[in-house]
Amino acid sequence: MDIPYTVKPRPDTGLFNAKVGIWLFLASEVMLFGALFSSYILERVGAAPGTWPQGLLNIPIGTFNTVVLITSSITVIMSWASLKMNQFNRFKIFQGLTVLCALAFLGIKSKEYKDKFHHYEIWTYNGEHVTGHIKGDPSGKLKPDPYFFDTIKLHALGIEEVEFEADPTQYHEQFPKDKGFVSLESEKEPKHEEIPLTFKVSDIKRLSAFVPAHSTYFACYFTMTALHALHVFGGMIVMAYLWGPGSKMWKTDPERFTNRIEVSGLFWHFVDLVWIFLFPVLYLL
Amino acid sequence: MQHTSDATHPEHAHDSHDHELGFWRKYIFATDHKMIGLQYGLTALCFLMFGFFLMTLMRWQLAYPSQPIPIIGGALQKMLGEDMVANKIMADGTKVPGVMSADLYNAFGAMHGTIMVFLAIVPLAFGAFGNFVTPLQIGAPDMTFPRVNMASYWAYFLGGVVMFYSFFIPGGAAKSGWTSYSPLATIADAAHRPNGQTFWILGMVLLITSSLLGAVNFISTIIQLRAKGMSWMRLPFFVWAQFVTAFLLLLAFPPLEAAAILQLMDNLLGTSFFLPTGLVVSGTPLPVSGGGSPLLWQHLFWFLAHPEVYVLILPAMGIVAEIIACNTRKPLWGYKSMVYSILTIGFLSFIVWAHHMYLTGMGTKISTFFQTTTMMISIPSVIILTCLFISLWGGSIRFNTPMLFALAFLPMFGIGGLTGLPLGFNASDIYLHDTYYVIAHFHYVVAPGTIFGLFAGIYYWFPKATGRMMNETLGKIHFVFSFIFMNLVFMPMFIQGMAGMSRRMFDGGATYSLSNPLNAGVIGGLSDMVIHLNVLISHAAWALGLAQIPFIINFFWSIRHGRKVNSDNPWNATTLEWATPTPPPHGNFVTEPVAYRGPYEYSAPGCPKDRDFLAQFEKPADLTPLGKPQPSQGQKHSS
Repeated sequence: MDIPYTVKPRPDTGLFNAKVGIWLFLASEVMLFGALFSSYILERVGAAPGTWPQGLLNIPIGTFNTVVLITSSITVIMSWASLKMNQFNRFKIFQGLTVLCALAFLGIKSKEYKDKFHHYEIWTYNGEHVTGHIKGDPSGKLKPDPYFFDTIKLHALGIEEVEFEADPTQYHEQFPKDKGFVSLESEKEPKHEEIPLTFKVSDIKRLSAFVPAHSTYFACYFTMTALHALHVFGGMIVMAYLWGPGSKMWKTDPERFTNRIEVSGLFWHFVDLVWIFLFPVLYLL
Repeated sequence: MQHTSDATHPEHAHDSHDHELGFWRKYIFATDHKMIGLQYGLTALCFLMFGFFLMTLMRWQLAYPSQPIPIIGGALQKMLGEDMVANKIMADGTKVPGVMSADLYNAFGAMHGTIMVFLAIVPLAFGAFGNFVTPLQIGAPDMTFPRVNMASYWAYFLGGVVMFYSFFIPGGAAKSGWTSYSPLATIADAAHRPNGQTFWILGMVLLITSSLLGAVNFISTIIQLRAKGMSWMRLPFFVWAQFVTAFLLLLAFPPLEAAAILQLMDNLLGTSFFLPTGLVVSGTPLPVSGGGSPLLWQHLFWFLAHPEVYVLILPAMGIVAEIIACNTRKPLWGYKSMVYSILTIGFLSFIVWAHHMYLTGMGTKISTFFQTTTMMISIPSVIILTCLFISLWGGSIRFNTPMLFALAFLPMFGIGGLTGLPLGFNASDIYLHDTYYVIAHFHYVVAPGTIFGLFAGIYYWFPKATGRMMNETLGKIHFVFSFIFMNLVFMPMFIQGMAGMSRRMFDGGATYSLSNPLNAGVIGGLSDMVIHLNVLISHAAWALGLAQIPFIINFFWSIRHGRKVNSDNPWNATTLEWATPTPPPHGNFVTEPVAYRGPYEYSAPGCPKDRDFLAQFEKPADLTPLGKPQPSQGQKHSS
């Protein structure tokens, strides 16, 4: 038994089966990411004024990653075009480049994540906020530059003071005054080195790394970018398969193989498109 | 029937290599849509029984609050532990096990809803009937993506296992209602991580994946694999119903998946998507960032869960339409208006969700919008129901078991639908919200509505799947008692609800009884007459369970011993599934099927003299000499 229209398009719809399938799947994906973007909007609009963190992500790295992903969108279409022009070797190059771009994107993204996991914000009982890195404590119980540290662990250590290296630019207006901090909106040129501060543990209301629990903003950031990265990863596996062992089909059934490249390419464009929305929403706004 | 198959047909013989599939490929990891349909059906029927069983235990607690559950109380305690199922200390000091704890009641309530909706009705209506019947009715050899179809079943199965397993983990299954409202769902059972709610979310993610794969497959199959001549307006109404259902699943489920991911983050990683600032639990502020929105969960949840209501009802409407056309021996009245209505329902169902949220304080303007759309969606629903009613008029009705269930569907769904109107209006909903009235309303839609439709479908297509008819006498016993007890269960709930009984009371309302001296002079107490209806309802529910025994016996007995069908088309029906051999082989059709006319040419002019129907698949030339050759469009007015 053969299922019709697996390779050749059905005359009245003009589509082969997998193309219908992938478009439907993408429609569903639009609803998935659409729900997440809507949640982001609702959370942000509903946030109390001045509490939404801003400017905490590395825009140059984000921009570079955007360029990487857009480049992969070009290579992915080139690999399909190469097959259409019957140039299998050229296909191999472009498909390989796409996989490399995906790999690069994920590498850069994990570097960004890593930077966040040891970057901290401290809220004090007198209403101040400061972001920066933990340097340690005078007694040496607190190791310098820890990852995933939080208030509970801080209290469990039984120390009295925390030495902190604060970022010179602060997103929040309520930073300790007269220490040389500059607010995000200010015209003033910030210092170039971090500003040393010492906090009494008893003054610290909350301490959190830039992890999902930090704030609703980071919760949105990590959830959406991680889900996106999962899509990039999935797409990369499929494309690596089609570049490697899967490409044997070119010899036996070239049309079907070309269709596969087209369908995986459609998915890849979608993943790209999601990032095109994620980047400005999370990094720039 | 001249189109019966014979095993000697050369193309059938060619198919025989498919029978060489091993046991595992044929029955377990099957890719054949019919086998997957049967897998879905049997699994879903098991979950239907399990969900019903949970409810029978809850009904004991409601009728006889804090009395030990008889017979199985001890066994329950052994399985679930003493903190869930306590002992009752009798006057003589002996301990009798089996008293349901409030936590267990809540867990059973949440899981009854979850299991019935996501593991029983949807898989049965969409997974089982959709898989088995849709490709046959459109004349396709299989689904477009058979292996994806297999993955869909196994994702569903795994989701079911996860849900079932969660009863036995520390802390028990999810207990925040099938709606899992945050922040309750996040703060409940905080002593255990992962807890029942975590399992619920993971189970849901698997079930959503299953629905997604199924929906992609159904839509692409219906678009791509329709047989020659099977134009859109020649599709049986059942196929239209499945088509719209698939779109609802495809587009409405992902927001719930998003919501589930967010709630999982709240539960495990300490985020605050749904936790507002300053949340205090048992006197201590929660150590979270806050700033989230509990309303967001409700929006995301109901964005799925309202279309889900139509996922539950549309396939049943499709089944009922097929059976009514066949057993009245008349074309469906207003086929086209039914098709356009079902498409309208599909579209409108995406913009009515917040009528579940009038009491959340989301604002009167939003409420007004959703009140309006809710009234609008009742119009196409009424059109479909009216068309089905009018289809009966002037027909020579055959009162066989499938037809009885299909006929009962009409008034039952009618009651369910009409009692929904007061819930759709802001003003009356404020009074009725979260009372037993709501329970009665949606159960009338889903239990005597959808489930009767599904029973009708089982009786109707059983001969196609097995080659044997189900027993009519047992079927009629099953019908009569199910019909009586269904109504005895749900009709009194309207009364309870209008008397103000809340839907979530673990003691059946005893705390609010007016005969309780503590409540003297309190406005809004419940009269004992209303509370005592619980006993009637519970007994009716258990009797309803007993009324299913004839069905279970009939189902298994008929597989081997039922009366053999005398042709491939035992009901003298017109649609394409009856053109296949019985049971249909792998690949379904012996010769390439062609649709020559619309789906319901019963008693049409130009029928052969010895019968009253023109099947879709009969070539016009075949009809001579008794019938006149048909023009290719299959016009009724050929004579």
